[in-house]
Amino acid sequence: MTTLTAPVRVPVSISRRYLAAGTFILLGLIDILVFGFFAHRGDARFALSLPGATPRLPVIHVPGALMSYVLGAISIGVGILRAAVDLPRWGKRLSIAVVLLCFLLSLLAWADAGNSVGPLQVIDLLQGTLTASIPLVLGALAGLLGERAGVINIAIEGQLLTGAFVAAAVASVTGGVWLGLIGGSLAGGLVGALLAIFAIMFLVDQIIVGVVLNVIALGLTNYLYDRVMAPYANTFNAGNTFATIKIPVLGNLPIIGPIFFDANIFLYITYALILVIQIALFRTRWGLRVRAVGEHPVAADTVGIRVLWNRYRNVILGGMVAGIGGAYLTVGSVGFFTSDISSGFGYIALAAMIFGRWTPLGSVAAALLFGFSFQLQTELSILRVPVSSFILLMAPYVATIIAVAGLVGRVRPPAADGKPYVKA
Amino acid sequence: MTDQHEAEPSAEPGATAAATATADGTGAPAGGPPRGRLTGSAIIRAVTEGQTAVIVILAFFVALVIGAVLIVASDPVVLRAWASFGYAPGTALSATWTSVSAAYSALFEGSIFSPATISAAFHGGSIAAIFYPLSLTAFEATPLILTGLSVAVAFRAGMFNIGAAGQWIGGAIVATWLGYAVNLPVVLHAVVCIIGAFVGGAVIGWIVGVVKARTGAHEVILTIMLNYIMYNLLSFLLTSQNLMQAPKQTNAVAPGIASSAMLPHVGGPPPQVGVGFLIAVAAAAATAWLLSRSTLGFQFRTVGASPSAARSAGISVERVWILAFLIAGGLAGLSATTIVQGQTAPLTTTSYGTYGFDGITVALLGRARPWGVVLAGLLFGALDAGGTVMEAATGVPSDVVNVIEALIVLLVAAPPLIRLLFRLRRTGGTGPQAIASKGWSG
Repeated sequence: MTTLTAPVRVPVSISRRYLAAGTFILLGLIDILVFGFFAHRGDARFALSLPGATPRLPVIHVPGALMSYVLGAISIGVGILRAAVDLPRWGKRLSIAVVLLCFLLSLLAWADAGNSVGPLQVIDLLQGTLTASIPLVLGALAGLLGERAGVINIAIEGQLLTGAFVAAAVASVTGGVWLGLIGGSLAGGLVGALLAIFAIMFLVDQIIVGVVLNVIALGLTNYLYDRVMAPYANTFNAGNTFATIKIPVLGNLPIIGPIFFDANIFLYITYALILVIQIALFRTRWGLRVRAVGEHPVAADTVGIRVLWNRYRNVILGGMVAGIGGAYLTVGSVGFFTSDISSGFGYIALAAMIFGRWTPLGSVAAALLFGFSFQLQTELSILRVPVSSFILLMAPYVATIIAVAGLVGRVRPPAADGKPYVKA
Repeated sequence: MTDQHEAEPSAEPGATAAATATADGTGAPAGGPPRGRLTGSAIIRAVTEGQTAVIVILAFFVALVIGAVLIVASDPVVLRAWASFGYAPGTALSATWTSVSAAYSALFEGSIFSPATISAAFHGGSIAAIFYPLSLTAFEATPLILTGLSVAVAFRAGMFNIGAAGQWIGGAIVATWLGYAVNLPVVLHAVVCIIGAFVGGAVIGWIVGVVKARTGAHEVILTIMLNYIMYNLLSFLLTSQNLMQAPKQTNAVAPGIASSAMLPHVGGPPPQVGVGFLIAVAAAAATAWLLSRSTLGFQFRTVGASPSAARSAGISVERVWILAFLIAGGLAGLSATTIVQGQTAPLTTTSYGTYGFDGITVALLGRARPWGVVLAGLLFGALDAGGTVMEAATGVPSDVVNVIEALIVLLVAAPPLIRLLFRLRRTGGTGPQAIASKGWSG
């Protein structure tokens, strides 16, 4: 049915305002009762420059428990404010950011208070956050490019995996990492094209195609890895990687430099893609057309926008973006392809896209949150925090459920998302 | 519009064929001529117009052909033979044939039957050996059928359950704990474990349903997140000496369950057909009854077809979401029981395998109908069982079987492509209708 359908209004049992306020206060209480109360005696130390870096910044000392108490009090204060006052939209967003920041800082204070191993390497943590987020950001952007045009892309995982495989193989055979990157991107685009053909031409349920393409990508890369890549690793899996590029002036800035401007090309490509997609989607005629196709294809068709062409193009473009994310996993970081190297990043990217309400900047924020959690786990194990690493690994997912349930709630996908368009 | 629509609430007036097909809930093919005597012309018509069974067979055939291409294209012997195709074409063709036929006959012998066992039976061998491959197929199919049912129930209520893996782990943890920590008499112990597994999975599913119903959070995010939470929870439990790790073990492994909690095997030693398979079939029967004969099932399908229509009709959509996920979780938990109690190996951090995600493909191939899921589970079980034998016999990695399985699902979901490939005529109806696309906003 392609006629106008009224959006389904699902009444939510508890008012969002009180739910959000309650979540804020809950997080504040965790700050105080868990991180503050159970912190070791002593200062938490935060190193703001990498060891041996110039200029050298001082290590900041803060009393760990006190810091958590103060941050918890701030969170509770924000929670009460959120319940008492009907904040404007930017106020709501700011309040979420403040409370999450307080939570993360008090977690860090707890982990590092009185720790004998050493100061927490803040730069390392944030640098790692950004690089860990690259495949998630690109995957989420890939997803929303398709979904804004009305095609559900669950095949992100498959696109990442194929991109990673082809990038490693091409870079290895030709010896050129750039060729690997391009190959990976094209391979992701190919998976995108298959998704588009089955979803748009053959009208197969888009969720089915996506899931199936993931299974095929996993089976195919595993098969070729076992049969060809691993036995002839010198030829097909030599482990070529991109070199790090330090941006001339910006890269030398303290704090900001090492975090944002001292990485390999993939981080800069990611910046560019975020910027381009955000602007293109909301500030150009192209973006208006894409969104029209995703929201109301009949209306778009009526005014002469080519619905199917827009969908084909966007899904393939999305696949190419995810393919770059896949290439990052091999030629951008470890160099070698291993079985199932994307290990579920595609599904996390999918969650990040939904979490970010199908907007580029929202998806990026959600992806950064996941990237931060991954890197945090690494940092905390360096500090030998006496908590099972499995509990730490669980934390970001629990936090996501709390955030999605308490702060974001019901999200609204593009109206025509997942619905094939058949010209009447 | 006929009275058929009373049986199946449908949001789309055009989906008459889908409505007729789902009315009985048994996966009978839709559209086309009425089923009667199997006359020659009926068969020809069925083939040329692309009935469901024909589509499945053709899809299977195409998938096998693509699989053969994969096998050949990665076989160095065959590739070398093809390199000299110009002056020895016969060698190239025979090498290709040898490579493919060796792999596929091993696949068949590992899953259906091996001719060698029949001749052996005539010469004083065991008759039971003939059925050994079939029993392996049933064994492999059992967990797939149950996770498939789990995904199918959620699909019918208009939701996507990517979380069968997490629910599986929930069931596995409870069943394992009950299996080694509690002392009970023989039959009772196994029953308690089975119920425990259902409850363990159902709790994880229930969390998803409740959070979705109360806050509107999206079930896809919730289930993905719960999968990762459960993977890590399992690892945590199995690496903590004072929780679930086997005593004096450094590996992440649970204690072995008591023999009183094991599922007995019908007809000989494992892996003969176990009680696990019977549980799976019983669960399919119960799910079929629930979906097509009970009030609750009617509510599930109504919400699945159109939440707003269901709400106007006075159905509590939130209650349906919670109950559907509870049942889906329980079924995924039951899937764990067939592994935890069905084999001698104790629970480890890799026991969950890929049952959760395979459940999605099985449910899709079975068109989210319980008996369809059973058939799809058996097909995948056969391919998995045969794949293992094929890998051992010919060195072709069993991953090619996963590709074949996925291709079957894809092709079955795309009847127009099959018709295009085999030049079949289009039917008047919509042909086999897959699960209606609900998008994200179900």
